[in-house]
Amino acid sequence: MAEIIIREAIRRGLHEALETDDRVFLMGEDIGAYQGSYAVTRGFFEEFGPERIRDCPIAESIIIGSATGAAMAGMRPIVEMMTINFMLLAIDQVVNHAAKMSYMSNGQIKVPLVIRAVTGGGGRLAATHSQNFEGWYASVPGLKVCVPSDPYDSLGLLRTAIADPNPVIFAEHGLLYGKRGEVPDEHYTVPMGEAAVRREGSDITLAAYGRMVYTSLEAADRLAKRGIEAEVIDLRTLQPLDTDTIIRSVEKTNRVVIVEENWRTGGFSAEIASTVQEAAFDYLDGPVGRVNGHDVPAPYNATLEDMQIPDADRIIKEIEKLYSL
Amino acid sequence: MALATTLDRTQIADFYRQMQTIRIFEEFSQVKYQEQKIKGFLHLYIGQEAVAVGAISALRPDDDVITSYRDHGHALAKGLDPNAVMAELYGKATGVSGGKGGSMHLFDVSKRFWGGHAIVAGQLPLAVGLALAIKARDEDRVVMCFFGDGSVNEGEFHESLNLASLWKLPVVFFLENNLYGMGTHVERARAGGKEIYDDIAAYNIPGANVDGQDVLAVREASLEAVARVRSGNGPVFIEAMTYRFRGHSVADAQAYRSRDEIGAWRENNDPLGNLRSLAMAEGVMEESDFIELDKEARAIVDAAVEFAENSLEPPPEALFEHVYQE
Repeated sequence: MAEIIIREAIRRGLHEALETDDRVFLMGEDIGAYQGSYAVTRGFFEEFGPERIRDCPIAESIIIGSATGAAMAGMRPIVEMMTINFMLLAIDQVVNHAAKMSYMSNGQIKVPLVIRAVTGGGGRLAATHSQNFEGWYASVPGLKVCVPSDPYDSLGLLRTAIADPNPVIFAEHGLLYGKRGEVPDEHYTVPMGEAAVRREGSDITLAAYGRMVYTSLEAADRLAKRGIEAEVIDLRTLQPLDTDTIIRSVEKTNRVVIVEENWRTGGFSAEIASTVQEAAFDYLDGPVGRVNGHDVPAPYNATLEDMQIPDADRIIKEIEKLYSL
Repeated sequence: MALATTLDRTQIADFYRQMQTIRIFEEFSQVKYQEQKIKGFLHLYIGQEAVAVGAISALRPDDDVITSYRDHGHALAKGLDPNAVMAELYGKATGVSGGKGGSMHLFDVSKRFWGGHAIVAGQLPLAVGLALAIKARDEDRVVMCFFGDGSVNEGEFHESLNLASLWKLPVVFFLENNLYGMGTHVERARAGGKEIYDDIAAYNIPGANVDGQDVLAVREASLEAVARVRSGNGPVFIEAMTYRFRGHSVADAQAYRSRDEIGAWRENNDPLGNLRSLAMAEGVMEESDFIELDKEARAIVDAAVEFAENSLEPPPEALFEHVYQE
């Protein structure tokens, strides 16, 4: 057991895949000679060479499209999208090709593809570089979506994603790469579709993923000082989504707020809220709450950006408003 | 082209039978569409048969083919079972894609036929990836990727040529220039004019232009291209000048072109007529030979229609199958 950061956990997962499976290779922009924009692939180019650490032209559609084609032929490509924002240039290849191939071919074709994409705001990168599109992809049949928040899950889910015969979007929050946590030395995996309870509580459920898990934990700590015990659930994957863990928690707490960094309108939190109220309506003491990023493009200015992204204050205010706590 | 030096009688008969099978297959598809047994979009290959037949004849069975939504001709030329292709058009469980793909999404991986892709130019990046896998495994196979002139203004076309050339990947990029991207003439869509092959020199890819109505010329150009690609020299680009005799899809009223224009192509530059005339002029085959081949082609299509008619619909549980692989 060692304490490492998320960057190192993902690096370890990629490294062992490259070492143990010659079908695995990496594609992306500046992942090789440059050593990776977020330094996840540092040293790989020298160790594995340019055929397996493929620096690509800045052309997202051919990166994801050709990775899809290679996966169709039985390779195990892992793509790094420098940010999920740039992935918009390749969304046709993701949604119309990678996601559809198995179904349209009646199961003849597998696409064992992992697309690692840096997601999220908070870096003062302004409107075009601060978005959270993982929820969009989670609504597309044929795709799987992982949203790890700590080193243990980052490594465990990455192993599962690389072994999966389907296209997986692996969304890494840009502000979490330095997050520390314990990771076993021995091999383990984290299955998709199993949420984790990060903090137990009996009064209210907070369901979140990615960076918002920490925002929710901060809110929970503050609520505890007032005698309110919040249960915090880390979704870990959006597709498949573990609704059972949320519902079981709500049956205990009778209150729930979904926290999502993404915009409110059409956000993935709405999908969760709808599912929870259908399944746990009789257990609820009030409306299913949502705290989301405000429906504006991300501003550059620090004060404005901090206002745009959910924080513990907003979560607490929402709870007070909905439940008169 | 002097036939005796290039092909024997058996090969000519085979090319003709293949082209006629595609022609009759498409004619029957249209009839069945009008009878509403085939629905959705139906893009016929009539007029372009020499391209798929000539080009794919230059491949080995283990080479990869991928194409656009106008895919019936390529599928049949790659050896897909005509029964299962027609059944797919009918949406039946016995179709090549289990009735889930339809006309635009034919797949048969056992024949290394990778689709049938209905987003314009979307198959080009996939072709580059198939070729990347070949190179990674150090195989000597090639990928032949078909697309139309409508694709060449898409960004993916340029991204694909660039990467395939940069990484010297084994792709034959095969442009079927039928002069219209849906209803827009190539010269109304493209700054560089009607012919495209010489522009791709910018990507450091050798390009050739060939008469797409001459199956033997297509074969010759393809043999040369495939040999070059197979030997590890990177991609080659072939542009076949051709013409579709029917609309973009069967729903197309063809307001954008004249009957005279279509008639001139049909009468003077039909790929089947061209081969027939040449073979007869050279004394290699006679009228009666072609009548026999026509019958054989008709029998293949009759059997395909009967198979499709008599096949079962997919069961309800098929709806939820293969969204994900286990």
